[in-house]
Amino acid sequence: MRLDPITTPSPARTVGLPALALGATVLVAMGLALIAGADPLATLGLIVKGAAGSKFALLETLNRATPLIFTGLAISVAFRAKLWNIGAEAQLYVGALVTVVIGTQLGLPGPLALPLMALGAVLAGALVLLGPVLLKTRLGVDEVVTTLLLNFIMALFISYLLEGPLKDPMGMGWPKSPALPRDARLPRIVEGLRLHWGFGLALISALGVWIMQTRTTLGYEIRATGLNPEAARFAGIPVGRVLVKTALISGGLAALAGFSEVAGLKGNLTADLSPGFGYTGIVVAMLALLHPLGVVVSALFVAGVFVGADSMSRAAGVPTYIADILLATALLFMVLAILLTKVRVVRG
Amino acid sequence: MTEIIDILISASFWAAVLRIASPLIFATLGELICERAGVLNLGIEGIMVFGAFAGWMAVYAGFGLWPGVLVALLAGMAFGALHALLTVPFGLSQHVVGLGITMLATSSAYYAYRLALPEVTSPPRIDPFQPLHIPVLSDIPWLGQALFSQTALTWAAFGCAALVALVLYRTPLGLAVRAAGENPQAVEAQGLSVAAIRMGAVIVGSGLMAVGGAFLTMSAFSSFFFEMVNGRGWICIALVVFGAWKPGKALLGALLFAGFDALQIRLQQTPMGQLVPYQVFLMIPYVLSILALILMSRRAEVPAALMTPFNRGER
Repeated sequence: MRLDPITTPSPARTVGLPALALGATVLVAMGLALIAGADPLATLGLIVKGAAGSKFALLETLNRATPLIFTGLAISVAFRAKLWNIGAEAQLYVGALVTVVIGTQLGLPGPLALPLMALGAVLAGALVLLGPVLLKTRLGVDEVVTTLLLNFIMALFISYLLEGPLKDPMGMGWPKSPALPRDARLPRIVEGLRLHWGFGLALISALGVWIMQTRTTLGYEIRATGLNPEAARFAGIPVGRVLVKTALISGGLAALAGFSEVAGLKGNLTADLSPGFGYTGIVVAMLALLHPLGVVVSALFVAGVFVGADSMSRAAGVPTYIADILLATALLFMVLAILLTKVRVVRG
Repeated sequence: MTEIIDILISASFWAAVLRIASPLIFATLGELICERAGVLNLGIEGIMVFGAFAGWMAVYAGFGLWPGVLVALLAGMAFGALHALLTVPFGLSQHVVGLGITMLATSSAYYAYRLALPEVTSPPRIDPFQPLHIPVLSDIPWLGQALFSQTALTWAAFGCAALVALVLYRTPLGLAVRAAGENPQAVEAQGLSVAAIRMGAVIVGSGLMAVGGAFLTMSAFSSFFFEMVNGRGWICIALVVFGAWKPGKALLGALLFAGFDALQIRLQQTPMGQLVPYQVFLMIPYVLSILALILMSRRAEVPAALMTPFNRGER
C-alpha cells in the first residue's frame, strides 16, 4: 500500500473521521464492559453521569482537568517544536516541591508567598527540562529517554525528601510534607464551590500560549523548527535557542500543574500527588492536535473519562483502568483518523 | 572499599548479575531489532508489563511454564503488530504511537489483572522457573554457584543474543533488516518490501520485549505486581544506544548495568550503605542510563533511517 496526499479534503472527511475515531473508542468501552460482565450501555451511562451528572461531578471533573490543562499545554508547546518532552511528570513534581518549600519554610505573608511559589515552581520546572534539552542540542542525546528517566529519579528524590528533611513532624509517620498555611493557598473562584483559582490560571495559560503561538516571532520560530529543523536553520532561525526557549516554557507550564495541585487542592506534597498527569498530558495534547485552546477541551474530556470511570467503577464493578485503556485507544484511533483526513490509502 | 570487595568475591553477586541482566537482555535485543530496521519502539515499557502479566497469568491458569513464555511472546507480538501497522504503512509518529502502545498495554494488563483477581490484596504466587543443574559445571566450587546455577530463561536470553547477532550479520534476512534501517530505497531497489521487513522486525522485537517482561514474573519473582517493570523498558532503550546498536555490545551493556544494580542492592545492606538514604541507591540505574547516553552521544552509530517513515509514493 501507498499513501497519496489529498490536496482538498472534503468536510465529510475532516469531520467524519475524527468522529469515527471517537465512536470506535466508545465501542471499545462497551466491549471492555462486556468482558467485565457489565451492561455496556449502563456502563457508558454511569461514566457520563459520574463525569457530568451533578454539580459535584462537574466540579470534580473541572478540578481533575486543571493539572491536565497545564501538562497538556506543556506537551503541546514542546511537541510542536518536535521536542519530545515526556518528563512533564518530573516537572510537575519539582513544581509542587518548590511550592511547598516556599510556602512552608519562608514564613511569608500569603499575598507575597503565592506569586513567589508560582514563580519558583515555573523556574524549577524550566530548569528540570533545560538539562535534557541542552544535552540534545549540544551533544545530540535523545531527549525522550532522558526526560523519561528523570521522572523516576525525581520520584525517588521526592520520596527521600518526604521521608527525610521535608517530612511533616505532625504527620503521624506518613511521608507527607507540612501543609501550606491557610493564606498561602489559592482561593476558590466562587465562595462555596469546590473549584480553585488554579483552574482560572490554567485557562489564562492556555490563552497565553495561544497568543504566543499565533502572535509572536517565537511562536513562528517554534512552528518552523518543528516542521523542518534543517529548513528553519537555513532560513536563519537559531534552532538550538528556539528549542531551549520552548523547553523553558514547556517545563514551566508542567510545573504549574504541581503548583496548582498543591496550592489549590491538596495543601501539601505527597508522593502520590499525581496519578500520571504528566503522561496523560500527552494524550490531552494529541487529542487537541497540539492546539492550546483545544487542550482545554480535551483536558475536560480526559478528566471526565477519569472521574466518570472512578464513579462507574464504584457502582458497576468494572475496574477503573478502563479509563486508561480508553484514552490510549482514543489516542491511537485519533492520530490515525487525522492522518487519513490528509492522505488516501492506495494499493500498490 | 572492603565491603565492595566482599561483595565482588561472593558467588551470589555474580549469580544476581546474570539474573538481573536476563530481562534486560531480552528487551534490549527486541528494541535493537526494531531500531536496526528503522523503527523506534517506545511501546517497550508497556509490552514488558503485558508480557510479565500474560506469562504469569497463563501459568497461574495452569498452562505450565514454557506455554506461559509462549503466551507472553505472542501477546508481545500482537502489540508489536499494532505498533508496526500504525508506524510502518501509515508512517505515524513513532514517538506518539509508541507511548500510546505503552499506555494501552500497561492499562490492559492492569485491567485484566483486576478482572481476574478482583478481591486479592497480595498477588498469588506461581512456581517459577528453577535453576538448572548442569552436570559437572554446576558442581564446580564458587564458579558453579556464580555462573552455572541459572534458570533456563537466563540461558535462553544469552542464546537469544547469539542468535540475533548471527541472523543480523550472517544471513540475507539480517542484511535486509539492517538495510531497511540504513537505506530503505536500496532495499526497494532489490525488489524487497521495506514495509514487510520493518513490520516483521517490530513484531519479533516486541515479542522479545514481552518475554523480557515475563522473566520478571516467571523467573526473577513469582508474582505480578503493579509497576514491577518500573522503567526497565526505558533503560533498555538507553542500553541499545550504549551498545551502539550491536547485539554483542548491548549484551555487555546489560551485564555491566546489571552489575551496578546488583552492587547497589548489596551496598544498601552494608553499615556504610545504611548511612545513605535508600532512594540514592535506587536512583543509580536511572542515573547510569543517562550517563551511558551522554558517554555514547559522540560515538553513536545511529541507523541512518531510524524514525524516518518510508512511503513508496515519495522518491
